[in-house]
Amino acid sequence: MNPLLKSIFSTTFLFSVLRVATPIIFPALGVAISSLSGSTNIALEGIMLVSAFAGVVVSAFTQSLLLALIAGIAAGVLIALILGYFSLKLRADIILAAIALNLFSSGITVFLLYIFAHDKGVSSSLKSLVFPTIKLGVLAKIPILGGILNNQNILVYIAFLSVIVYYIIVFHTPLGLKIRAVGQSPDAASSVGINVVRIKLYALILSGVFGALGGLYLSMGYVSWFGRDMTAGRGFIAIAASSIGSNMPLGTLLGSLLFGVVYALANFLAPINIPSEIIQVIPYIVTVLVLTVYSARTAKEKEIGEE
Amino acid sequence: MEKFILKYFNLIRTIIAILIGFVISISLILLVSKDSFAALGYLFLGPFGSISRMGNIIELATPIIFCGIAIAIPFQASQFNVGAEGTFFISAAFGTAFALIIQSLNLPRFIYVVVVLAFAGLMGALWGFIPGFLKAKYRANMVVLTLMLNYIAYFISIYLINYHFRDKSAGFLTSYRLPDSVFLKQIIPNTRIHIGFLIAIAAVFIAYYFLYHTTLGYEIRMVGFNFHFAKYSGIDVFKVIVLSSMIGGIFAGIGGMSEVMGIHRRFLWQSLPGYGWDGVVVAIIGRNNPILIMFAAFFLAYLRIGGQVLNLLSDVPYELVSVIEAIIILLITAEAFLENIKYRITVKEAEKEVFKNESPS
Amino acid sequence: MATAISLKDIVKVYPNGVVANKKVSLDIEEKTIHAIVGENGAGKSTLMKIIFGIEEPQEGEIYVKGKKVNFKTPLDAIKQGIGMVHQHLMLAEDLTVVENLTLGIEPRKYKIFLDKKRANDLVKGYVEKYKIDVPLDKKVKELPIGVKQRVEILKALLRDVDILILDEPTAVLTPQETEVLFKSLKELKSQGKTIIFISHKLKEVKEIADKVTVMRDGKVIATDDAANLTEHDIARLMVGREVSFERLEEGKNIGNVVLKVENLNYINREKVQVLKNINFEVRAGEIVGIAGVEGNGQTELVEILTGLKEASNGTVYVFGKNIVNKSVREIREMGVAHIPEDRMKNGVADKAKIKENLISDRYYKKGFSKKGILNYPYIDSTSNELVKKFNILAPTIDAPVNALSGGNIQKVVVARELSSNPKVIIASQPVRGIDVGSEELVHNFIKDARDSGCAVLLVSADLDEILKLSTRILVIYNGEIVKTFNKVEGLKGEDLGPYMLGVKRGE
Repeated sequence: MNPLLKSIFSTTFLFSVLRVATPIIFPALGVAISSLSGSTNIALEGIMLVSAFAGVVVSAFTQSLLLALIAGIAAGVLIALILGYFSLKLRADIILAAIALNLFSSGITVFLLYIFAHDKGVSSSLKSLVFPTIKLGVLAKIPILGGILNNQNILVYIAFLSVIVYYIIVFHTPLGLKIRAVGQSPDAASSVGINVVRIKLYALILSGVFGALGGLYLSMGYVSWFGRDMTAGRGFIAIAASSIGSNMPLGTLLGSLLFGVVYALANFLAPINIPSEIIQVIPYIVTVLVLTVYSARTAKEKEIGEE
Repeated sequence: MEKFILKYFNLIRTIIAILIGFVISISLILLVSKDSFAALGYLFLGPFGSISRMGNIIELATPIIFCGIAIAIPFQASQFNVGAEGTFFISAAFGTAFALIIQSLNLPRFIYVVVVLAFAGLMGALWGFIPGFLKAKYRANMVVLTLMLNYIAYFISIYLINYHFRDKSAGFLTSYRLPDSVFLKQIIPNTRIHIGFLIAIAAVFIAYYFLYHTTLGYEIRMVGFNFHFAKYSGIDVFKVIVLSSMIGGIFAGIGGMSEVMGIHRRFLWQSLPGYGWDGVVVAIIGRNNPILIMFAAFFLAYLRIGGQVLNLLSDVPYELVSVIEAIIILLITAEAFLENIKYRITVKEAEKEVFKNESPS
Repeated sequence: MATAISLKDIVKVYPNGVVANKKVSLDIEEKTIHAIVGENGAGKSTLMKIIFGIEEPQEGEIYVKGKKVNFKTPLDAIKQGIGMVHQHLMLAEDLTVVENLTLGIEPRKYKIFLDKKRANDLVKGYVEKYKIDVPLDKKVKELPIGVKQRVEILKALLRDVDILILDEPTAVLTPQETEVLFKSLKELKSQGKTIIFISHKLKEVKEIADKVTVMRDGKVIATDDAANLTEHDIARLMVGREVSFERLEEGKNIGNVVLKVENLNYINREKVQVLKNINFEVRAGEIVGIAGVEGNGQTELVEILTGLKEASNGTVYVFGKNIVNKSVREIREMGVAHIPEDRMKNGVADKAKIKENLISDRYYKKGFSKKGILNYPYIDSTSNELVKKFNILAPTIDAPVNALSGGNIQKVVVARELSSNPKVIIASQPVRGIDVGSEELVHNFIKDARDSGCAVLLVSADLDEILKLSTRILVIYNGEIVKTFNKVEGLKGEDLGPYMLGVKRGE
């Protein structure tokens, strides 16, 4: 077992943790900011999916990373806006609307995938682009951390930067204050003339941006193609990650890294003759356990029937 | 006229939502297909094209009805348990394993079928117990829990079947074939409609009666309306949360096994079939009422078969149907959809009442 | 004097069909304190919401300082100098006082960042100008309710309002805190502000108001100088008949001790000791009133007595049996009924049918169901009887509860609780927010229950109600019973006030 343990705690492993945590950090920030404003956003799955798809298609047809980036973000924000419109203006239940949008995203991406790439599984026939990796001489020289931090895709760095941006927005801008107020007491906010619906919408738009970055990373960084339902539940794991972190910036990051560790571990244990299903199920079981433990700790504050 | 609109408002709204869904899908087809009219024909009329196709509607509706009820029962308790997908799958997997294990007992057909279905129902109750209990005891988030459990159920089931009950002589990844004596018989020739369909219909009425005529059903609904009120009135909210998910699980479990016993005769799924999510869709359309869910399931199945015909015979992908469904659900779940019309009518009626005795100023 | 606000022919219809304002016309003069009184359902709250831009009228015109206005949101009203302090305080509990006060008008650095220092200075300026003291950096959830209300008032003043609307501001204050509030209001009036004051408390209205408007049934009945109307005049205008302020006639037969609370303690999850060594008894045939400002432990006491919370230690005996660890159902089956403080949260499931609400404590009992199957014919007939007996105005028993007005919703609660053949009734704020007619009805039902041998525990923040109904009065302050009055005849609110605020202690 020794070589196994060694490889687990190697820089390669930790490098892969960051890689794997990134597509969770982004949607987790998205869930967190929505939650702060009082909206439970479970549509990050669909948001990431459409952004992943838009990025691939636009980059293939325009061969422009910038346009792909814009398209991806626009797609994600569009889904978020539809969620906002239906749940805030038309008073649909936000969970049910999100379920509908996830279904929509799954369907429309495969539908259009077939139209564009003539394949219902993957987009390999399209020549889509990939976001660049960053190799900084300076970073390479740092012992240990250098190996982990250097050579990552640019979006991995952006993920960590996003956590900082999230912190600044929430605690140092008027918008962040309004979002927190709206989430704690919509009445208090509207009593001072704040448009509660508009603020919640802004929060959803921000979650659309964060989610979109996560989706773009998946199809243009983590791998270089779009595959049907490639998000594989990350949008849902993001919910667990952000609630573990109480929607706070550092907590959400740590929650996401936790799942990154588990995913990376699943990959590393594969070569040993353990059936892949047993390994693949680990992150999900861990989520359930963590969620249970976390909920158990705060259970006393809630009445039975609350969440 | 206005009074009629007010009374049947929800029904009218549902129908309009469906019509809008149709309009959008027609537009998409016109945009995308080289032979639009043929495509439209396949989508909307295809399902009626032959006995076998119409049979497909009923065959497809069967598991959807089971899952719709499986979702509706916890939903009536305001528990967002979306775990029917995983429950359906894992109960079918374990049920198949169980049926294979006991086949050497050579039970008479009727008993064999009932025992296997009961086992699957029990498995479903067990799998439903997990989120119900965790929610009741630890206030864990039901949506996230059941989403994760769906994946867990998937992996456990695939592992079980592929590594322990795999039929290596078959040309593809699947379980051993179930013995003939445990099949659910075909009931209409030239189709694959099986007894499971009758069981599903029975389930609809049992679920309806359960929800609206029994004390436990009453408790579930009151918890769903207002759990504070339920607790204050003396209802055991803990019990209700756990039981509503367990009972939902029973329906999903029986549904899963009945699908294996009636259609496939093997456990051959290598990915989640999606009936659980269809269940969410019809539960929403049917507003958690088992009888309305039954109709919604037929409607959804009709759409799906139309999509299959479309996919097979034209250049439009099946996934168009997911898009239609999503639009319909969105519109139905939007309470305020068309509400301003309802409001204006209500205001007119109310003003008529209040000012009718006052002389014009 | 100039007119601050003028309303002409306002009509407001709610989505459920209720016509809350029926062609209301009203003028409010500048620099006056103008009280608006009326039963609940009279339309006063709706009118205020329209003035403050929370609701829009279907018809009618609003003029502020002579200018016609059309408010779509509170922001529009605030821009015209109108501010509102709501009955249920609207503050974000997890934010600080400064954050709450500067919400929406945050001073900024470089346009997109918060300038926290300037925010502090801004608030300090207003605190000094209007002499209203608040702790700047504390989170709102840590403040007592009197201070929270001051924050609310400052919130309005910070937005430079000239017209301040106060909705039942003294509902949560003691007589002494009310004095402080009135002093502030007079100070504000002398600084040129106009104050609109909604209240049920006619004595206070007479004390502070310059002008009074009485509303009933969605219409304005009368507007006059406060000096020209007596409390009885106002009451008569409100209900259209003479209202008795008389005490209930004393109960005849006081029997044995039914409810006995012994050394009851409760420590909440924030580790605050909310109830300290509570001891009291209630006998059959008597009404024991617990007087106290909200937030002194009454809510928790009621929850423990009815099984909704578990005591930390101590015992509660009902007919000699300790109920401290028993479930809600077990306690109810012993004959304890509970009229809850928050009727919409606990008392009813408002989207469910009236008949479903009426059986929530008895659906499993003989007659209502058999072997788990509900017996609808029996349920329907008993529900119809209850509707008739308790005078519930409802279209049918299959209508959802949210189709009813507040008073009728409370009647549904009372109907269910009092028809359960109770031996003990725990009534918490039983007539809060309902019209005077329904209030009398409910009080009479409680009196009937008392006369038939029930032990009644009445918990109320309404001193008039306590003084009217109670056989004995206990004053609760800070989780302790600080004074017992065994004789209620001749007592006045001022006698209870000092104990309620902890200024005086007795035994």
